[in-house]
Amino acid sequence: MYAVADSLPTTIAQLRAVATPAADFRVMPFGIAEIDDRLGAGGLRAGALHEAAALSASLVDDAAATLFLAGIAAREARAAGGPVLWASCRSDLYAPGLSQAGLTAANVIFARPQDDAALLAVIEDAVRDGTPSAIVGEVSRVSMVATRRLQLVAAEADMPVLLLRRPRARDQDPLAEPSAAWTRWRIGSAPSARLSVAGVGRARWSVGLARQRGGESFSLIVEGSDETGRLAVPAELGHRAAETVGTARYAVA
Amino acid sequence: MRELERRSEAASHPFRGATSTRSLTASSAGQVGHAPLALIGKVGRHEEVVAACTGAQALGIHPGMAATHARALVSDLDFRPAEPEVDGALLDRLALLAVRRWSPIAAVSPPDGLWIDLSGCAHLHGGEERFCRRLLAFCRRAGFTARVAVADTAGAAHALARFGKEDLVRVEARATADALAPLPIAALRLAPTALAAARKFGFDRIADLLPVARGPLARRLGLPAITRLDQALGAIAEPITPRDDPEVPIAERRLLEPIGTAEAIEQVMADLLGDLAQVLQAKGLGARSLRLTGLRVDGSEQVVTVGTSRPTREVPHLLRLLKLRIERIDPGMGIEQFRLVAPHTEPLDAVDLGAVLAGETLVRDPSRLVDVIAGRIGVRSVFRLAPVESHVPERAVAHSDPNQMPGDWPSWQRPIRLFARPEPLSRVMALMPDQPPRRFEWRGRTYKVVAGDGPERVHGEWWRREAEVWAVRDYYRVEDDQGGRYWVFRRGDGFEDDTGDLSWWMHGVFG
Repeated sequence: MYAVADSLPTTIAQLRAVATPAADFRVMPFGIAEIDDRLGAGGLRAGALHEAAALSASLVDDAAATLFLAGIAAREARAAGGPVLWASCRSDLYAPGLSQAGLTAANVIFARPQDDAALLAVIEDAVRDGTPSAIVGEVSRVSMVATRRLQLVAAEADMPVLLLRRPRARDQDPLAEPSAAWTRWRIGSAPSARLSVAGVGRARWSVGLARQRGGESFSLIVEGSDETGRLAVPAELGHRAAETVGTARYAVA
Repeated sequence: MRELERRSEAASHPFRGATSTRSLTASSAGQVGHAPLALIGKVGRHEEVVAACTGAQALGIHPGMAATHARALVSDLDFRPAEPEVDGALLDRLALLAVRRWSPIAAVSPPDGLWIDLSGCAHLHGGEERFCRRLLAFCRRAGFTARVAVADTAGAAHALARFGKEDLVRVEARATADALAPLPIAALRLAPTALAAARKFGFDRIADLLPVARGPLARRLGLPAITRLDQALGAIAEPITPRDDPEVPIAERRLLEPIGTAEAIEQVMADLLGDLAQVLQAKGLGARSLRLTGLRVDGSEQVVTVGTSRPTREVPHLLRLLKLRIERIDPGMGIEQFRLVAPHTEPLDAVDLGAVLAGETLVRDPSRLVDVIAGRIGVRSVFRLAPVESHVPERAVAHSDPNQMPGDWPSWQRPIRLFARPEPLSRVMALMPDQPPRRFEWRGRTYKVVAGDGPERVHGEWWRREAEVWAVRDYYRVEDDQGGRYWVFRRGDGFEDDTGDLSWWMHGVFG
């Protein structure tokens, strides 16, 4: 009887080790237990393709998704010491805003290709080059084959490739298309905490992980990235069940 | 016939050696400001005056005069030894300048002239006439007295530049014989023996030679003289061997058999780069641009170029840039010769890696990445966004060189997306003068604001535009009840009418 009870924990540990896929890759932790614990490897895999899309077609959700990726890239740039390549066909990104998310002007190189095909080629070239510490791309038209290519080169170069997926048409869900991305996120902006004085509090986002390899999806509210790209969990929400958090709008969405 | 179309030009220095041979900017001989100057050189066993400035010539000194005679004539004459080698080197430098600036085919015509083949280049300099004037002006600035002649053949231009009446002679196409006719025979670049023979037979001017039958003429003056005459008239081609620019590192491969596949071209590229890297290494240079020329079997050329943002001679990197261009090479029936030139090079020496090795800096050099991306989408599409000292948001950002590290912006709250044009808001409810709006309509939707920061007042930049002298924008960061954070502004400060019309605008969104 006792012998069984003694051997039980080790057996469970062994079973866990067998059941979970071996994480022999580098991870980029968010630094927040609420997110890191729910990610399969304790953080985002560094050498992988990650996608984020806006929760709705509104511009503010798009901005939140942009900042979410900028924060990940900023933390990686700080750790690896290389520039971040930001590839986009559009020109409405405002660099001072990016700088406040941790990607200072000295940290980012921008590329503005003509179309999505050229953009994907640029990303692939940059990954193979190996100089950037992370790559962010804003795309709307990516095929499954293209994402698989990016995932493979990213894994080979051990470099995060972050794609901001834009809807191709209004009310089209960019994450409905198949993709080989390691994780797929859905980011929207959420109401900030009301301050006791007049003013806008720290930005809050509704962060939803739509899909990840080797883990469950989840969603929760976090506080937006600070000037080093770090997120935070709202103090009063930290102990609550994440799935129940959100306004009526996000419960529907 | 093609030779006839050719426009050659000889610019000579009649006072050869009279200018200071050490500096291009020395003032011309004959200009006031110094004592009369004559250059003395050894001709045979005598010391002779080989050149004299106009001031000295006015005193009766002329080239060919015995040096002692000249000394006796003018006591305070400034005598200097002639240095033909230094003159030659200077002329060579001029030819190199001509190759680089005016025409790819330019050569020295010793001892005192330059050939410049203008065919196909004149229009680049505003036509022949204009180019000649600019050339004369350039020589005047550089301290040379120059004479310019433009003619169909090199020989005619040579003759007219030295024996023509004007400083600037321009012969219309196919009028060469008429222009040459009144010139003395000496203009034809004949050997001294032929000149003596011509004088003996009573030939004085070129016009005297033209009607004479070629056979007897050749017997009297010798065949080389006939060749010179025909060269001047255009009957015999006289190609100009251009002064090649040896500064340009070059590598060349001739292939046994024409190639046409991408893999083969890539192999040749790698071989050529290996050769070129050795040339560059020996010279301590790095390439900023490369030009690969493939000669096809049908005689046409395929040219591709790549550029780098920093000087480099790293073969794998340059090969990767060149490989991006393979698809632009049309091999046709095959390419049989490749030439790789580095037209733009910069010094590349060993770099001090101390800080990197010590681990003090983690910054990676982005120039390779920049080259790769620029090779694919163009140089202008890769950039950094650098701060500009302006508080007006749309002016605070400028494109800059991706290899330079820019500074950073002041840490005022700024949106992540900024609209190129602010979009008007309608039905705005706001307390004047300095409260954020309570509600507004934008893009057909009503927004109810629950919190706001501001105002952040941005004044117009009066030094840029007249209309901005009094202009004021009051920026507010507002959050609506759905959680969206926006950057709106009002034109005007709410007190003075000059500052704006109190209209509200949406300028960006925060995350």
